[in-house]
Amino acid sequence: MSEYKNLTAKQMADGVKCGELSAVELTKEAINLAKTEGKELNAFITICEEKALKQAAAVDALVKKGTSSPSQPLAGVPVAIKDNISYTDYATTCASHILDGYIPPYDATCVKNLIDAGAIIIGKTNMDEFAMGSSNENSFYGPVKNPVNHELVPGGSSGGSTAAVAQKIVPIAFGSETGGSVRQPAALCGVFGLKPTYGGISRYGLVAFASSTDQIAPLARTAEDIALAYQVAAGRDENDSTSVTFDHPLYSEKLATDKKFKIGIPKEYFAEGLNDEVKQIVEEAIKLLEKNGHTFKEISLPMTNRAIAVYYIITSAEASSNLARFDGVKYGLREAGDKDLTTMYSTTRDSGFGAEVKRRIMLGTYVLSAGYYEAYYRKASKVRELIRLDFEKAFNEVDLIISPTSPTPAFKLGEKIDDPLTMYLSDIYTASASLAGNPGISVPFGKTKDGLPIGVQFLAPWFNELSLFQISNILQKSAS
Amino acid sequence: MPLSREQVEQIASLARLKLSPKEIEKFASELTLILDYVEQLAEVDTEGVELKDQFITAENVFREDNSRKSLSRDEALSNAPEKDEEFFKVPKVIG
Repeated sequence: MSEYKNLTAKQMADGVKCGELSAVELTKEAINLAKTEGKELNAFITICEEKALKQAAAVDALVKKGTSSPSQPLAGVPVAIKDNISYTDYATTCASHILDGYIPPYDATCVKNLIDAGAIIIGKTNMDEFAMGSSNENSFYGPVKNPVNHELVPGGSSGGSTAAVAQKIVPIAFGSETGGSVRQPAALCGVFGLKPTYGGISRYGLVAFASSTDQIAPLARTAEDIALAYQVAAGRDENDSTSVTFDHPLYSEKLATDKKFKIGIPKEYFAEGLNDEVKQIVEEAIKLLEKNGHTFKEISLPMTNRAIAVYYIITSAEASSNLARFDGVKYGLREAGDKDLTTMYSTTRDSGFGAEVKRRIMLGTYVLSAGYYEAYYRKASKVRELIRLDFEKAFNEVDLIISPTSPTPAFKLGEKIDDPLTMYLSDIYTASASLAGNPGISVPFGKTKDGLPIGVQFLAPWFNELSLFQISNILQKSAS
Repeated sequence: MPLSREQVEQIASLARLKLSPKEIEKFASELTLILDYVEQLAEVDTEGVELKDQFITAENVFREDNSRKSLSRDEALSNAPEKDEEFFKVPKVIG
């Protein structure tokens, strides 16, 4: 199937529904690519071959019977999901040793929605352990390589899902975001990555890292496909009380618009620390959009420089609590099983968690401990509220905000791994929106002299994903 | 202010992590660096800032108080490293 890699998800689904393409053939091609090119990149932890082929055969059978309907907008489309999203019959590892052998007894709501839409889950992708990292080097299963250059990181923590889309193994993949874990790798690999509004997609079945910012988040190669992916996954779910009832439009059918957007340029996002080439490319995107009639205005988000400090206090605190469940009793690894209970807990957790996860559990435990809670956690929560108010004020003046997604292009494997603080600053332009709950998208636009992809980020008010998809579509069309 | 070895050991014990002496040393210096960095928040004036528990949908989510299907005992036990037919098994708690 030579054309497979050039097909969008929309084209695949249309082809399958009219009988021109076979879901089984598409699935076989995706699995074949996952086993060859995907292996080279170390993008997958598990390939779900048996269930995928069964699902695909069922989709083809529906088409033959003439019962496939518009309710299957992803009919026969191979999709990959990050290995922190629960899918029955296969291991969910979170790329951690501590979940050895764990097979979830239920499907995530997002997975159910995908399967109902006709999508074929072909595999579980590699990631930073428990989604903690910005380079995908913190995986028990080894680092993922950037498809553009195998000596570079793909970004993280959803590095495997991003690499699978960039390498065209699948047209759509799902990752998860806590502070930039889909937008940042999307920028570093040259694909689209959406962080939905907090509450947009149900988190039921997503292994928790930091519950107040975690979101399941899609990746794709076109504006239309990422809109399609979001509209299939989004919606209220009674199993996640933080998922929001919202009348989602059919995003993928509303991309074309004559609307002229008023876009804010936050001066703090173009200050010290931003790579020159990245800055230049984002400025080119601004010029191009100006030519198309969109207007720009300098704005200020004064709390930007505080975001990383707030982010690491809040998310580490939540992680230290969420990860307390990994205790060697209910699932996964157990060590020193014949000793007393406390020794069993602490030996299992020491051997099961990697360095970055331990670092965050330690930080989180410290900032929540007696005597420090007020100074760290409560203070950070208040600054977080100021970050949210910055956005609220900005969106009174503008429809969207534009910025770089990541301060640098993809960096070398190993370059930042021994310097946690520098690594944390990779999220400087993405963490604020995560803390404020706002949606954001990274759009691939332009390349550096060395041919590395750059991402332009747009942020929007809560539940205004439609504007994000429309501006992405405009930028994608005017760039090509 | 640098974290002492004893402080790191105390945090590790609260977090139920049995760290090696090498790890304790490493975390003492790494956590000190991170804490020095986040110390900057003290400069931010947060006088009068009110905290909300949930900001996007500040409303209660109710459902009928009816029993619903949940995991069966077998399913709940299926991943346990040690179990018998009815229970998770753990090492003795009282010496």
